[in-house]
Amino acid sequence: MAGALLASLLSEPVPAGREHLAAALLRDGLPGARDEAWKYTNLRALEQRSYAVGDAQAATRAIDLDALLVPIESCARLVFVNGVFRHDLSNVQLVTGLQIGRSVDDGRGESAPTDGDLSGARSAAFSRLNAVLATDGPQVTVLDGATIAQPLLLIFVGVAADADLAWNVLARFDLGAGASLKVIEHHVAASPNAHLGNLVVNHALGAGAHLDLVQLQEAAPAATLIRRTTCRLEDTAVLSMHTVETGAQLMRHDLVVDLVGRGARFESRGVFALQGRQHADTHMVVTHDARDTACDIVWRGVADQRSRGVFHGAITVAPGADGSDAKLSNKNLLLSPNAEIDTQPVLEIYADEVKAAHGATVGQLDERALFYLRSRGMPLDLARRILVGAFCGAVLAEIRPTALRAHIDTLLAARLPQAETGE
Amino acid sequence: MLKIDNLHVRVAGKDILKGLSLHVKAGEMHALMGPNGAGKSTLGNVLAGREGYEITQGTVEYNGRNLLELAPEERAAEGVFLAFQYPVEIPGVNNTYFLRAALNAQRKHRGEPEVDSMQFLKLVRAKLAVLQLKEELLHRAVNEGFSGGEKKRNEIFQMAVLEPKLAILDETDSGLDIDALKMVADGVNAMRDPARAFLVITHYQRLLDYIVPDFVHVIADGRIVESGDRTLALKLEEHGYAWVAERKLVGAA
Repeated sequence: MAGALLASLLSEPVPAGREHLAAALLRDGLPGARDEAWKYTNLRALEQRSYAVGDAQAATRAIDLDALLVPIESCARLVFVNGVFRHDLSNVQLVTGLQIGRSVDDGRGESAPTDGDLSGARSAAFSRLNAVLATDGPQVTVLDGATIAQPLLLIFVGVAADADLAWNVLARFDLGAGASLKVIEHHVAASPNAHLGNLVVNHALGAGAHLDLVQLQEAAPAATLIRRTTCRLEDTAVLSMHTVETGAQLMRHDLVVDLVGRGARFESRGVFALQGRQHADTHMVVTHDARDTACDIVWRGVADQRSRGVFHGAITVAPGADGSDAKLSNKNLLLSPNAEIDTQPVLEIYADEVKAAHGATVGQLDERALFYLRSRGMPLDLARRILVGAFCGAVLAEIRPTALRAHIDTLLAARLPQAETGE
Repeated sequence: MLKIDNLHVRVAGKDILKGLSLHVKAGEMHALMGPNGAGKSTLGNVLAGREGYEITQGTVEYNGRNLLELAPEERAAEGVFLAFQYPVEIPGVNNTYFLRAALNAQRKHRGEPEVDSMQFLKLVRAKLAVLQLKEELLHRAVNEGFSGGEKKRNEIFQMAVLEPKLAILDETDSGLDIDALKMVADGVNAMRDPARAFLVITHYQRLLDYIVPDFVHVIADGRIVESGDRTLALKLEEHGYAWVAERKLVGAA
C-alpha cells in the first residue's frame, strides 16, 4: 500500500495517458526492505512525508545564479529552478550540430514517456513516478559527426518555497554517430530546502560517439534527490563520467549503463563525501552486451559523523560478449565510529576470454600517515583534511577544465572533517 | 635544550626504556648507538610524540617546557624534528604542498606570517641544491615510489626546509649506499649551528665518519650504559656491542 508520499503526489489528476502508471504506483507503493536493490536504503521516513507537486512560483523566484555556477564557459546553460525550466536564467548559443528542445510537451495530449525503468518492478517506483509526473525537461541532440567544443551545463537549483515540493524532470541526450559532447549536470541549492527531486536522464550514444559527463551534486543538506541515469552505448562509443556526491539528506542514484555495441567503453570515476546524517546510495548496473566492450570504474567514498554511504557496483558480461574487460575498484574511508559504508561489488560473467577485476575496501585513516603529517607541524584537523582530500582526489585528477576541478576541490574541502569528529 | 631524566617507557605492556637520562645542549651533536632492540627508535618516537608509548616514570624537558605534554604538531612548531627510520608514503599529496602546509602550520603556531608560494619555491630550490636533489622530486607525491635512499634524503630535505632546533635522525643511514650517505651527511653538516642540536641514532659507526659527533652514547637494555667522545664509536666498531655489555657487568660486580 502507498503511504502519504505517493498519496500526496498523485492526489491531483495526472496527465492524460498516464493514469494506468499512477494507479499501479498507488497499488504497489515504494520499494521496501525486501527489494534487494533497496536493501541499504530505508524509505519508510520518506514514505510518510507529503509534498506539494511542482512550484507555481518557480518562474519568478529570485536566483543569484552567478553565486552558484561553476565558473566555466559553456555552449548552453539550461537552468531548472525547483524542477521548472527558467528561460531567463538559461542561455543557449547557436552551435552547428547541436539541437535543444523539450523532452516532454507539457504532458498534454501525449502518452507517458517511456524512459527509465517501467518494467513494473516495485524497485523502479521512482522511474514510474517520473513517467507520471514529469512535464518538462531538455531534449538535447548532437548531430552525426558534430563535435561540440564547449560544455553544456544542466543545472538544477533548489530554492526554499512555502512548502516542501516534489519535482520530476526528464532529460534526454542523443549523440549521433561520431558526435562528441561534454555535459555538466549540476545540482545546487540557492537556499536551504527539503524538496524531493526525481530526475531521469537518458543518454544514447551512437557509434563512435563520445560523451564526457560530469555530475556534481551539492543539493541542500535537507533535500531528497532521486536520480536515474541510463546510458546506452553503440559500437566504439565512449562514455567518460565523473560523479561527485556531497549534498542532500537522502540521495539515491541509479546508474545503468548498457554497452550494446562492439568496442563500447565506459569509464567512471566517482566520489561521495558525507557527514551529519546524510545517506547516499549509488546503485550502478553495467552490462556488457557486445564483444570487446570495456568498463573501468574507480570510486571512493568518505563517511563522517553518522552518515551512511552505499555503493553497489554490478557488472554483467552477457553471453557472447567475449573479449570484454571489466574493472571495478571501490575504496572507502570511515572517519567516525558512527558512520557506515556498505560496498557491494558484483561480477557476473557468462562469456569467454573476459578480463575482469574488482575490489572493494572500507578502512580508516592511516595512523602512521597522520602522525607523519603531525610530526611535521600540521595540526590534527589539517592532517586529516589533507589525507582525506588526497584520498578523494585520486578519482578527480582527470576532470577538465581546471576551473571545474578547482571548484570541486573547494566543494570537497568544505565537506571534509573540520575537526576531530568522534561524536 | 633537551633534558631527559630517568625516562621509563612501556610499549604494549613491555618495558623498553628503563631509566634513560640524556642532556643535550644547543650546538651539540650527539650520537646514540646501540644494538637492535635497545630502545633507540623508541626514544626518537617518544620525543616526537608518537602514540602508543606509555611513560611510566621520568621527565623530558625541552627548552624549559615539559615536552611530553605537547601534541606532536606543537613539538614540531617548537623546533623538534624526527627524521623517520621508515618515512611514510602519502599518495596524492605532493611534496611541495606537503612541505608548505607543514612550514606554514609551524609559522602560524609561532605567530609568524605565512610564506607565499613564490617565497617558498625560492627557499626549497636553495635547499634542494645543497642536497643535490632533483627539482622533479617536488612534484611527486610524498615518498610515493621513492627508493629507500630517496626517502631518507627527502627526510633530510624536509629538515633543511623546516629548520628545526632539535633534529633527531632515526637510523637515517640505514639502507644508504656510500654516495647517499655522504649527501645526507653534507645536508646535516650544512645545518650545524650553535643554536641547533642533533641527536643521531644509528646502529653503525659508518655515518659518524661523516657527521662528527661531540658525544657518543651507548644504549643497552633501555638505558645509556656508556658515554664518551667520538672515540667511543670507534671502540664500538672494533669490539662490538658485546664489549659494552661485558664492561658493564664488570663495573657492576
